[in-house]
Parts: sequence; structure tokens; C-alpha cells
Amino acid sequence: MASRDVLIRGGRVIDPAANRDEIADVLIRAEKIEAVGDSLGAPDGAEIIDAAGQVVAPGLVDPHCHLRQPGFEYKETIGSGSLAAAAGGYTTICSMANTEPVADARAVIETILEFAERDAVIRVLPLASVTVGMQGRQLVQMGELSDAGAIGFSDDGIPLSSTHTMRTALEYATRFGRPVANHAEDAELIAGAAMHEGLTSARLGLPAAPRQAEEIMIGRDVLLSELTGGSYYALHLSSGGSVELIRRAKERGAPVRAEVTPHHLTLTDAIVGGRSEPDTARLQPYDANTKVNPPLREQSDLDLLREGLASGVIDCVGSDHAPHARHEKEVEYAQAASGFSCFETAFATMLFLVHDGVLDLPTLIERMTAAPCRVYGLPYGSLSNGAEADVVIFDPDLEWTVDREQFLSKGKNTPFHGLPMKGRVTRTIFGGATVFDLTAAAAPVSGSVGY
Amino acid sequence: MPLTRRDLLDLDDFQRDEISLILDTSVSMTEILSRQIPRVPTLRGTTIANLFYEASTRTRVSFELAARALGADVVNVTASGSSVEKGESLVDTLRTVQALGVDVVVMRHHDAGAPYLAASILDCPIINAGDGWHAHPSQALLDLYTVRSHRGDLEGLKLVIVGDIMHSRVARSNIWGFARMGARITLCGPPQLVPRELTQLPGTDGVIQIEPDFDLAVEDADVLMVLRIQQERMDGVHLPDLREYASLYALTEDRLARARPGALVMHPGPLNQGVEISAAIAYGPNSVIEEQVTNGVAIRMASMYLLVGGGEEAGANGE
Repeated sequence: MASRDVLIRGGRVIDPAANRDEIADVLIRAEKIEAVGDSLGAPDGAEIIDAAGQVVAPGLVDPHCHLRQPGFEYKETIGSGSLAAAAGGYTTICSMANTEPVADARAVIETILEFAERDAVIRVLPLASVTVGMQGRQLVQMGELSDAGAIGFSDDGIPLSSTHTMRTALEYATRFGRPVANHAEDAELIAGAAMHEGLTSARLGLPAAPRQAEEIMIGRDVLLSELTGGSYYALHLSSGGSVELIRRAKERGAPVRAEVTPHHLTLTDAIVGGRSEPDTARLQPYDANTKVNPPLREQSDLDLLREGLASGVIDCVGSDHAPHARHEKEVEYAQAASGFSCFETAFATMLFLVHDGVLDLPTLIERMTAAPCRVYGLPYGSLSNGAEADVVIFDPDLEWTVDREQFLSKGKNTPFHGLPMKGRVTRTIFGGATVFDLTAAAAPVSGSVGY
Repeated sequence: MPLTRRDLLDLDDFQRDEISLILDTSVSMTEILSRQIPRVPTLRGTTIANLFYEASTRTRVSFELAARALGADVVNVTASGSSVEKGESLVDTLRTVQALGVDVVVMRHHDAGAPYLAASILDCPIINAGDGWHAHPSQALLDLYTVRSHRGDLEGLKLVIVGDIMHSRVARSNIWGFARMGARITLCGPPQLVPRELTQLPGTDGVIQIEPDFDLAVEDADVLMVLRIQQERMDGVHLPDLREYASLYALTEDRLARARPGALVMHPGPLNQGVEISAAIAYGPNSVIEEQVTNGVAIRMASMYLLVGGGEEAGANGE
């Protein structure tokens, strides 16, 4: 199905891959970027979008999410997840392998890609696991899985504890030009832990693990990357100390990249003990919507992570979208599932940092487009001529309040519920077709008005 | 003055006058308990549910006796022998208990925070009878009551809590309670079992110290609170063995002699005699261990009375 031509007029076009930041028009023809420039003419029948006062950028790329299909469709499906991601400005999302069955075989990768083709409104690119069944022992058939479409390898959700297996995986993956991504936490130190070890855990009496649980694993992994030359991707850094380890590894020439999530940049462990401000976003102590792996840490960590992202030591922002059902969160804290439903808050959360002066807008967009593409060697994340017409349009100043009941994701598990945000995606275009339109989403759907 | 709160979850946000109110009310309850027929009809028609997810003798019986002394009906729900064994979730169990018409839920649970979840789900008062490593507020209140009955005032007293602080809800609640009442607190135990951050609890203003050497910690102590050391910590990872623990942290005659004359010796029970405390001390002249148990009933009566009966006005406007 060929989509209509689209002319996006008068927006601030930010395309970090082309070092572009200027008021310009963007013309989409035949699902590709035709041109970016001044006063472009609209082809006959083209849809014209007035983007004055808004920012036009490459569609966001999420290097890290959990779509739960196959196996956990009650939490999320590839279809519902893709709609939520589109609402968050994403046009490409990379899904982790912890499905049921685990994405450790060609048939699973192919099934995910078939579901994506059928149900997803944007591009879904699966990772395969590193080990069979994510059991941490036997390596998957990386050749077969690469061939089937796996863009990388990760046992994310479970740390890959065996040092020998990690070494071999990194080494073998070089043969296929794919990165190995690790959920870097020392399994023994985090055993039973429900949160970050600090004043809050001491007070709440919750089992906790220190930030060193992450740093120990990051330290091991970057040394192995240096040893093997294997491309290593450090997922969701949460500890300030990890930034220094990544920086040193990069200086030594190890092929290392690192990711941070919006929540690890903006929330601290204090909210596990409750939140009273603002009133719309109150959290009771022990609300499991504050539970995530790795855990939320302290302000000193946030400061170092922010610095690391701004300087580029941390390459990119991953949402780690991890939807769960209500009954998995409305339980005793220690027994609750970990993770947040993030697609629909990630970008707005990151815009906080722009408004706060931590990052400038082009840098943020680079960290959410071109940078994650470099991790997996993807040909997306830019508005260059001939590129796939994946575009996000957002109003950086639009104020709104997070309402989890409005999420398109099945997962309503978010610590951001009720928080005021500044900046929102107004339109997401994938391959030239609009897959999210805020004005349409906000308008009452005829026939569905109920009292 | 009524107690203007619905639940008793922890002492961390209690003001001094609230604690005093419960202790003062307990004095009347002690008087009731000393009567020939220790029973009043104050809570007649009220049903208290004891919802216990963890084994307990003294706490459960204490709450039950307290409820009966006030004329309330008591139902006991334990994890074994109930739908919990069939995998019913905590939230579902709570809703069921509420639907059955219970007025107060007394709850013991192995996970920290479980009573907070209960309080967010239910409309009735929740009394935390111990949650994981987190809090055991009625224990702390009865400890405060016991010390106050001997010393009159808690201001300036030196309390030493010795043992496995990390895994102790008794320690955490007592830290808040004694700090709020003006006592100084020294935490003593193997460093791996004493979270360093506890000295920085908000609002405690430097009154909490850590001293890993029991011989030093005990000096000038007015109150010695000895915690039960759990056998499962003797796994070689947390602690090497009982023998070494006892040599470093048992309350012995020698150590007691370094405390202030007449120092009170407390223990939340159950005792490991010869491990953390010698039998001679546990049953000796400094010990108030049995008083603690007795006072527990009065404290729990006062808590229930204030939350249900005495707090009527406050409870009625719950939104």
C-alpha cells in the first residue's frame, strides 16, 4: 500500500545524523524522505502538516524493550506494544528475548517477525538470547539466528553470570557483527534484593543490593570486550560508578556501548518510601510501581548518569519498556514483578532534562535516534534523502499529565502516573504513514462516548 | 485527644505526644487487666481479625487477649489452613476478610510493606503486628511502656540494641520510638548485620550511633535490648557460627556489670538461652522480659481502643 505524499511545513528540523538544526520543510514521497529544505513545494494530493512551533526529527529508536509476545500476551502484545511505542514517538523498537518460549531459535525469531508484520504499526526488530532458554550455559546458534533476523544477543532480565560463557559469546558474535548486551548485575549480590541498598532500604527493611552489584559486572564485561574485541552493549546503567568504567573501557579502545533509561536518570530510590508531591502523583510506601531492575538509585547516581549521557560516554537512551499486569504489581513488594511501562512516558521524561539544561535538544535526539542505530548497525534514525520516512513531530513545550489509564500499552505499571510533563509527541510517521496523531487520539471517538 | 490516624503501621511518623497518648492509655488498660474480671465492654460488637502469615505465639495471643479484654470478637486467620495455601493473593484475602465484616485487621506478614498494601486496599484500621524486617510498632510501644514504668521518663536514657539489627523489625521500630521519646541509641552487632545508614534516619539528629564492640557499647547503658539471633544466619555467609557469635555478642554477667547499675535487660522473645543471653540474666533481677510480655496486652488494648473506639471522630471522616 503506497502512502500519500506528506509535506511537513515550517518545523524546527533536528537531524543529528546530518548535523542539521534549522527551520525547514520535510517532504516525504513514496515512503522515503524526498527532501529537507526551505519552502518545498507540495506535490498534488500531498498531505500538508503545519509543524510551526514544533520539532521535526527522525522517528525515535528504542534499543531496549519487552513486548511479551509470544507467551505473556496478557501483559502486552506486539500489536499493543507497537501502538504504545508509536504514541511515544518511536518508529523502530528492539525487543528483548525473554518471551515464552525464549527467542533462542529461528522459529521464535521468525514468529516474532511474522506477528510484527501482521500486527505492528512500526518496525519491530528482535534480539535473540545469548544462551539456550536464557539458562546461562549453552550458546544459541548465533549464525542461524542472525540469519533469521536477530539484531543482537541478550539474556536481558537475567544477568549472564558465567564469565566463560560471556567471553565466548562476545568472541563468537564478532563472526556475525552483532553485539552482546548484558543485564549487568552480580547474581549473588542481588539475590533476593528488591531495591537499592541505602538509607531508604535500611529504613524500609527491604532486602537490597548495592550499586557495586552492577559495577562489578560492568567491570568484568568491559574487560572481556577488550580481551575479545567483541562488541558489548551495557544495558540500563543505574550506578554512577558504571559511567567511569565505561569511559575507561572506551579510552582503551574496547568496542563498548552503553545505555541508560529515562527513569534511572530522573527517579531515586526515595520514592520506594512513598511520594507526596505533587498531590496528583502520590505513592504509598512500598508501591510496587517503583520496583525495577536494576533498581532506582540515589541523586549522586543520577548526576553522574546525566553527565555521562551528555558527554556521550553513555551512548543512548533505552526505554526498557516492561509492561506487567496489575495483579503482578498489586502484591507484596518483594514478590512484585520488576519494570515499568515506559513507551508513552520515555521521551517526555527525557525532555525534563532538556528543560533543566542537562542536555540540549539535538543531543537528546541523537541519543534516541542515530546512537541506538549504531549499537545494532541499523540503517535508520536520520532524515537524509532516500531514508525511510520515519519521523516524529513533537511540541517541546506542550504541558500534560501522565494518566496511565490512557496508555495504549496494556501495562499500566508506571511510577510517573499523575506527574506533570512538558513536551509531547503530536505525530509519529512510519514509512510515510501516520501511525500516531495526538489530535486524533485526544478527540472523542464517535459512538464510544459513555456515561 | 484522640489518635488522628486510621492505622498503626510503623512509628516512623509518630509524634511524641501520640506515643505518650498510647502509653498513657495503656496505664488504664493495665489497671483493667489487674481486676478480678479483666474485661470491659468497650469494643463489644467489634470484630478483630488476626491475619497471620507467619508463625507467632506471643504476639498473636497478646492481640487476641487484648481484643477479648475489650469485649471484641476475634477471628484468627493463619496462612496455613486457609485459602492462602491454595495460592490466594494477599489482596484477595484482604478483600474477603473485609467482605466478611471485619472491623480491624491485625496483620503479621513475612514481607516488609505488606500492611501498607493492606491499608491501601481496605477501609478499616490495619495494625501491623510485624512485617518482614521492617516494623513491629506494638512491640516497640510495649518496650517503651515497660521502660517508662521503671524510669518514669525516657529522655536522655541510653538504649543499646544488640544483635542482628539488619533483619530485625523490633530494632527498627524501637529506634524510631526511643529516638522520638528523647533516648540515645547505640546499635551493636556484627558489622554485616548493622546497616550503616540507620544512623542517618531523618529527624533522629545524631542520637543513633553504631558500636560493633559490645564491651564498649554496653558502657553506661540504661537499657539493654538483646535481639534473638536467628539460626538461619549461622550459614557461614552472614556469620561463622553460634560459638563465635556468643563470645562477641552474648549478654553475660561481665558485660552487664559494665552497664549502669540497675540497667534494664529486655528481649522480644523467643529466647535462645546461652546464645545471645545467659539464663541467669534472662531470669535475673535486671530482666524485665516477662513484664514486656504482660505489658504487650495493655499496649495492644490501648492501640485498638484508640484506633477504633477512642478515635471515633477521626475515623469517621476517612475518605
